[in-house]
Amino acid sequence: MQLIFEASRSGRRAIALDALDVPESPFPKALCRAEAPALPELSELDVVRHFTRLSQRNFGVDGNFYPLGSCTMKYNPKMTESAAAERGLRDLHPHLSTIPVYEPCCQGALALVYDLERLLAEISGMRAVSLQPIAGAHGELTGVLLIAAYHRDKGNAKDTIIVPDSAHGTNPASAAIAGFKVIQVPSDKDGTIHFDAFRSVLNDKVAGVMLTCPNTHGLFERDIRRIADLTHEADALLYYDGANFNAVVGQCRPGDLGFDVMHFNLHKTFGTPHGMGGPGSGPVGVRDRLAPYLPGPRVVRRTDIFTLETPPKSIGKSSAFFGNFLIAVRAYAYIRRLGDQGLKEVSAHAVLHANYILARLRGAFTPAFEGRCMHECVLTAAPQAEKGFKALDIAKALLDYGFHAPTIYFPLTVKESIMIEPTETESKETLDAFCDAMLEIAARIDKNDASLHEAPVNTPVGRLDEVHAARTLDCACL
Amino acid sequence: MLAAIGVESLETLFDPIPEGLRLRSWDVPPGLSEMAVCDLIHRLASRNVTSHASFLGGGYYDHFIPAAVDALSSRSEFYTAYTPYQPECAQGSLQSIYEYQSVICRLTGLECANASLYDGGTAVFEAATMSIRLTNRNRVVCHPSLNPIYRQILDTHAAHLPIEIVDGDEPQDAACVIVQNPAFLGDVADLTTLAERCHAAGALLVVSFYPISLGLLKTPGEMGADIAVAEGQSLGLPLGFGGPYLGIMAARRRHIRKMPGRIAAATHDGQGRKGYVLTLQAREQHIRREKAMSNICSNEALCALRALIYLCLMGKEGLGEVAAHCHSKAEYLKSRLGRSGSRIRILNEGPTFNEFAVQLPRDASYVADHMLGRGFLAGLPLSAVGAGGPNDLLIAVTEKRTRDDLDDFAAALEAETCS
Repeated sequence: MQLIFEASRSGRRAIALDALDVPESPFPKALCRAEAPALPELSELDVVRHFTRLSQRNFGVDGNFYPLGSCTMKYNPKMTESAAAERGLRDLHPHLSTIPVYEPCCQGALALVYDLERLLAEISGMRAVSLQPIAGAHGELTGVLLIAAYHRDKGNAKDTIIVPDSAHGTNPASAAIAGFKVIQVPSDKDGTIHFDAFRSVLNDKVAGVMLTCPNTHGLFERDIRRIADLTHEADALLYYDGANFNAVVGQCRPGDLGFDVMHFNLHKTFGTPHGMGGPGSGPVGVRDRLAPYLPGPRVVRRTDIFTLETPPKSIGKSSAFFGNFLIAVRAYAYIRRLGDQGLKEVSAHAVLHANYILARLRGAFTPAFEGRCMHECVLTAAPQAEKGFKALDIAKALLDYGFHAPTIYFPLTVKESIMIEPTETESKETLDAFCDAMLEIAARIDKNDASLHEAPVNTPVGRLDEVHAARTLDCACL
Repeated sequence: MLAAIGVESLETLFDPIPEGLRLRSWDVPPGLSEMAVCDLIHRLASRNVTSHASFLGGGYYDHFIPAAVDALSSRSEFYTAYTPYQPECAQGSLQSIYEYQSVICRLTGLECANASLYDGGTAVFEAATMSIRLTNRNRVVCHPSLNPIYRQILDTHAAHLPIEIVDGDEPQDAACVIVQNPAFLGDVADLTTLAERCHAAGALLVVSFYPISLGLLKTPGEMGADIAVAEGQSLGLPLGFGGPYLGIMAARRRHIRKMPGRIAAATHDGQGRKGYVLTLQAREQHIRREKAMSNICSNEALCALRALIYLCLMGKEGLGEVAAHCHSKAEYLKSRLGRSGSRIRILNEGPTFNEFAVQLPRDASYVADHMLGRGFLAGLPLSAVGAGGPNDLLIAVTEKRTRDDLDDFAAALEAETCS
């Protein structure tokens, strides 16, 4: 498909402003750019047609089952889009929260921030929540900065964060970006953290332990209670990566499990769209001892008035205002719509669906771990790879059946990993259709069907040459 | 499904959660109907003020957003997709990222750009750490022109890193000097000499820019910047009480391997059809873990798409026109407020783009409060962000303000400051 620049025709315009109604003030020439920016010149229809056609070259949850493991690609109710489109929220200037005299102009927004932070704290068993972090990894970084500030304040000389080898890459990256050394702990054969290995690296230099629970093997950490106790005995703090919170929301709370700090992925658990890779939202939640360090200012309630206050030992600002506010609005609408019972059903059905897929595929594919799973199941395509068909081939074949592929080659702990997260919003018919496709692919592999190496053929392009891309590095049309 | 799994109840599936750790009770209200939720949100929204004529800026501006930006970015094939891990079914996302990178390069006069960062403030932090990687130095110099909020965000994120952050413009031994143009208080400068001083000292120049202003102003590339970052909100993103926004980053081509974030690149498939993929992924957290350039994973892709669509709709002439209108209208207001006999003093001595600082004869917050009653958001009292005295007010003008708005605003502000 052509680039938008190729459609450009000199002099064409999509948008015209009104004639300037004040005297023209030319800008000093010496401070002006030499030439107008080389943006394309197009009619509105040119632009609309180009981006409509581009959109048709994408899979999205609305059109395709999207079982991308660890990403929780659930359906995003349309109601939450209308909520975020309310003019009184959408057009609200953030600096209205910067000075007290403007606060009466944003009471509705402050009330929403206050109520959502309170609800997220209640849902997670945390003491307080800040909406400031902009994405999940940003929430992790903020959480680790909170851990660092806490130890610095206490005079603890700690420089290490422990993460399991099954952790998302963002965990060790966030710890390192915050200034910590990272120690990786291996997984046990059953897919949970290797407890003795964990105990052997835990010492008084450890500031925090970052866990995902259930972990990226789709398994609830068997030793969570002992891990929490040992962590706290070492005067370290326990971090909860909320990426997999969809598995347990309404069943248990990170705060009750012994976690001290966590982030939420509103775009995973709380129904906000993933937007081709963002904007997400990664609020950070803390229990009592980290609350004084939260980013500020925070919304507080004074009888019926909402105002702002910065915690006494605040780490400062994660982002300029209240994070991705319009994403938070969507999550707020989602939580209020589902409520108590609806949220409990989210995890119940997410776990049911993943186990159903695991049950149907067991036999044709090899589960990476024994037993049942939580909200996602991890398979290994190692047996298929021995026959010459890798996880990549299976993923590409699925695209031809009209399904987005599961996550592949993650977690790194599993060879030829295929990680399937169906979410709660899909029907049994969709799950069955997906399983039928997987079983058919398995049968084609058994028959040594070489056409699988050519997949996908029903997509706008076939397999792309990534080596060529990295070698030529054509990253912009200049 | 339960039968296929071989369990009798949903409850059984949660057996792995240790007894005693299961949720007993929580204070979450019962669910509401869609109608009730819409009503609730509408009532909250109506307690906010968005109808005043706004002169409030401070890094976030009330620009016009063409309808096609909303219509196209609301296509669910875009907004319900995720990171393009499977490029064959994500060419829409990937080509849009490639085109976005291209327009950012064309706008800034630099040769490469990433797929987006979170926002203007966190982009400054990323530019600082990128400069440290490129120079193997650990001092970051912040020019006083930088938005004080960005400075706070930088301080917060760097608090436990071996980085020395100092104020000023002295590049000696520094990884970079970070400067903003137009400055937070509105002044426009030519940074060419500063760039030369930086390079002579082995430091990089990082420029935080205002995208709309580049319809008119000398680009970071033309002035010799090594890295340019921006808050992209002005490019078709609603103010939204602070987000989602867009962190823009562009750089010299030779620095691309040290750049954080995703990058799309052109390639082809087995049949020679052109396509796009994410490239240089060995810089990123999912491959490199603790050795990655940044921890960023989810970015602001949909916001980058909006910025791309906005720039395509405005086009070569249109962006310059928006910038020229903003500037001319601001100059008109400035001359109205600063005319002889006025008790309002313009604080900027040199040229400004669309924002300027004034000193009022009385407390700026007090005046701003009274201006609300006259239907105006008068601007940002600068003492609130530690960027001025109690009487100083930062005033922004966009293309949306009409001559009548400007005349009425000037009359109201004069009345409030005389009474």
